[in-house]
Amino acid sequence: MNRVSTLALAALLALPLGAGAQDVLIRNATVHTAGARGTLAGADVLVRKGRIAAVGEHLDAGGATVVEAAGRPLTPALFGGISEIGLEEVSAEESTVDAALTPGAEPAMAARPEFDVTLAYNPASILVPVARVEGIGFTLLGAASHGGGSILGGQGGIVRLDGSLDALGPRTLFVSLGSATAPLSGSSRAGQWLLLDQFAEEAAGRIGADSPQALLTPAGRRVLKGYLDGGGRILVRVERAADIRRVLRWAARGKLRIAIAGGAEAWQVAPELAAAGVPVFVDALANLPADFDRLGATLANAARLHAAGVAVSFNLGGDESHSARKIRQLAGNAVANGLPWEAGLAGLTRIPAETFGVAGELGTIEVGKRADLVLWEGDPLDVAYTATQLWLDGRAIPMRSRQTELRDRYLRATPRPEAGELPRAYPPRR
Amino acid sequence: MRFPILPLALVALLLTACAAPQKRQEAQASPAAEPFASTYQRIAAAPVLLAGATILVGNGERLEDADVLLVDGKVAAVGHGLALPEGGQRVDARGKWVTPGLIDVHSHLGVYASPGMRAHSDGNEMVDPVTAGVWAEHGVWPQDPGFAAALAGGITTLQILPGSANLIGGRGVTLRNVPATTTQAMKFPGAPYGLKMACGENPKRVYGEKGGPSTRMGNVAGYRKAFIAAAEYARKMAEAKDEKDRPQRDLTLETLAGVLAGDIRVHIHCYRADEMANMLDLAREFEFRIAAFHHGVEAYKIADKLAGDGVCAALWADWWGFKMEAFDGIQENLAIVDRAPGSCAIVHSDSEEGIQRLNQEAAKAIAAGRRAGIAIPPERAIRWLTGNAAKALGVEDRTGTLEAGKMADVVLWSGNPFSVYAHAEQVWIDGALLYDRNDAARQPASDFRLGTEGQP
Repeated sequence: MNRVSTLALAALLALPLGAGAQDVLIRNATVHTAGARGTLAGADVLVRKGRIAAVGEHLDAGGATVVEAAGRPLTPALFGGISEIGLEEVSAEESTVDAALTPGAEPAMAARPEFDVTLAYNPASILVPVARVEGIGFTLLGAASHGGGSILGGQGGIVRLDGSLDALGPRTLFVSLGSATAPLSGSSRAGQWLLLDQFAEEAAGRIGADSPQALLTPAGRRVLKGYLDGGGRILVRVERAADIRRVLRWAARGKLRIAIAGGAEAWQVAPELAAAGVPVFVDALANLPADFDRLGATLANAARLHAAGVAVSFNLGGDESHSARKIRQLAGNAVANGLPWEAGLAGLTRIPAETFGVAGELGTIEVGKRADLVLWEGDPLDVAYTATQLWLDGRAIPMRSRQTELRDRYLRATPRPEAGELPRAYPPRR
Repeated sequence: MRFPILPLALVALLLTACAAPQKRQEAQASPAAEPFASTYQRIAAAPVLLAGATILVGNGERLEDADVLLVDGKVAAVGHGLALPEGGQRVDARGKWVTPGLIDVHSHLGVYASPGMRAHSDGNEMVDPVTAGVWAEHGVWPQDPGFAAALAGGITTLQILPGSANLIGGRGVTLRNVPATTTQAMKFPGAPYGLKMACGENPKRVYGEKGGPSTRMGNVAGYRKAFIAAAEYARKMAEAKDEKDRPQRDLTLETLAGVLAGDIRVHIHCYRADEMANMLDLAREFEFRIAAFHHGVEAYKIADKLAGDGVCAALWADWWGFKMEAFDGIQENLAIVDRAPGSCAIVHSDSEEGIQRLNQEAAKAIAAGRRAGIAIPPERAIRWLTGNAAKALGVEDRTGTLEAGKMADVVLWSGNPFSVYAHAEQVWIDGALLYDRNDAARQPASDFRLGTEGQP
């Protein structure tokens, strides 16, 4: 590729793609709406000014660009999981990682709920195109709880991978409980409840801001109070059944809006989760006793939760940013182990959009929503097939990334110096 | 090594116990031939005929509506219209697919067992950059629930390796994936040993502030010093006229000398193309062969070279970006490596989760290849999980393909294995049905599972 088009690609990857949204007619697709209309065979989707204008049969293109889907599956753009896309480039290189607040010098067990990880988001991250070429259109940026940090990781939010700088919709508060974060709470998970109670007391003003025991800053109190008043979603990372039961009690007492991520043993608490309307983001590949919090891990988790009436979505067990595309494999495996297919798709689309407050914009193919769509070569939940085309706001995204550039460079035959051929580092001859 | 002061009776007992092995050693020019020998015993079973399946042989061949006959632990025949011997069992495999048992050449099951407790951390002897004398099999916990989970994914043979903290981590061990109380009872009889080596970031990160190596140049100097010492040890051993002239047996040098003699196969964790080139030159300098590069995130950049040098590449479908040396990972790695004539591409897991679905990892690589214009039919892709893997481990004459005379390691799949929806329905090892998805009586559970599972 010559230098001019390299720059053009860089520009494409960097600028908000919403500018100049398109009119498109995607014709004759198997439309998986992920919404109330379910799956429509041989249907058309009409996009006007970046919004879905109509979904039905024999729609009039009226000047829109026509894409012949030839029966192939069309879905909403996929959720990329709870990730650090745009918050890290190379996981092992600290200078490239912004995903967690680890104050270090702060007093032990202090917490900063006011930390908003979306402010570190880089829409031009190399990881963004890598996720997009696999049909991912949005992700929940998560505030992690690392060593030296707090069980209360801070706030995150939904970002669309269209080059926009800012998060879309409300923020989500992140809390991590259980054996994984016991080192941050005095080596006991009972310490986590002690801390949560204290944070609540401080947010309610019952512990003075200048008290030597105070763990939150004034800004932190203000932010936390908003969530504790039911004004925002709290995502709790927790695995063990007994801990999930306590989380449900805590949420019920405070009338909190929560969701659970991980939930390896959530299936054991399925009826209570369903009754409380708590969505669960499961690692659908977890079936080994990775630790004593996950003794009950089973591939049937998602199916059992769904059967009990729980809203199910997915959460990768590791490297959520570079491997965000693996979320499709989680959904497919959940379906292979008893989850209905439509529920698998909903877990990749509608459920996360609803859970994190962006359902008016994303998550289903319905009139009025953003035209964030993916056309697939085959079953979108089967790893045997790949995404053909992603649209964001009705604009066709170049299905190129750093990885496809490397691929194309090395697909070419090995250059032969004896024939005067230049090394691969040079643009290929036309 | 310091010995504790022992009571006299115990000392006597120990001396007596040591006497017998000592006698055996005197009879040979090299140290004891088979310490920690395999006690694996196949489970006897009646003949089995899988009939009417799509069969992927493991060497590129594919048969439709075909049969496999398993007798006395071996594949007796593969073909059409095979007859079932007296007393045998017929399995209706119509509409289903049959493949050789899957082989994972890179696993840490048992040495980094579930649950991941500190006490179970037995994969990296992180006390010195060169620990060639330790053997992974001595750290394997046979009760790791991961083994049974892997069996349910069709894994019949696997190599357990030390980790990649050290320049030279120690011997690996090839196991049959059978539930057992001891590692010896899982050990693949007659399989050659492997030696784990690691290049790149890990060793220099671990030892950078502990006296080195702290750079890649220190890494390479480390391997070279080790092999220089090993060559000297081997020379002295060979030149000694009798036992009293021989140097004291040294486990580290003995293993490295085994590599130089060609008895032990070399498996190198290595990501970058330039580092793989350096390791190939290292092997040239000391005249040993590399069996496989593992991870090989940049193997696609030197696919022709690897194929030309006869080195296998054990790769992931799509891991990338977690370290700088993994930054150039692409999903077409397997497809581009496989495309080179004479290549030996392998899908490995290095993961207790990934090992359960090597078929899905291969499916991802097939899809990426197709998107890049490289068509890979199932009968070719299955080699990544079977025949090529067996070749890397040096057991290709025994297993890895469904050919008459080989071990009856067989998987019956619910359909085309290269799909997220495919299930391993039945798994045979040496002709015995050791896993059946639809029969709880053929689903092993490790001791750890008893009373700890919340599920039936």
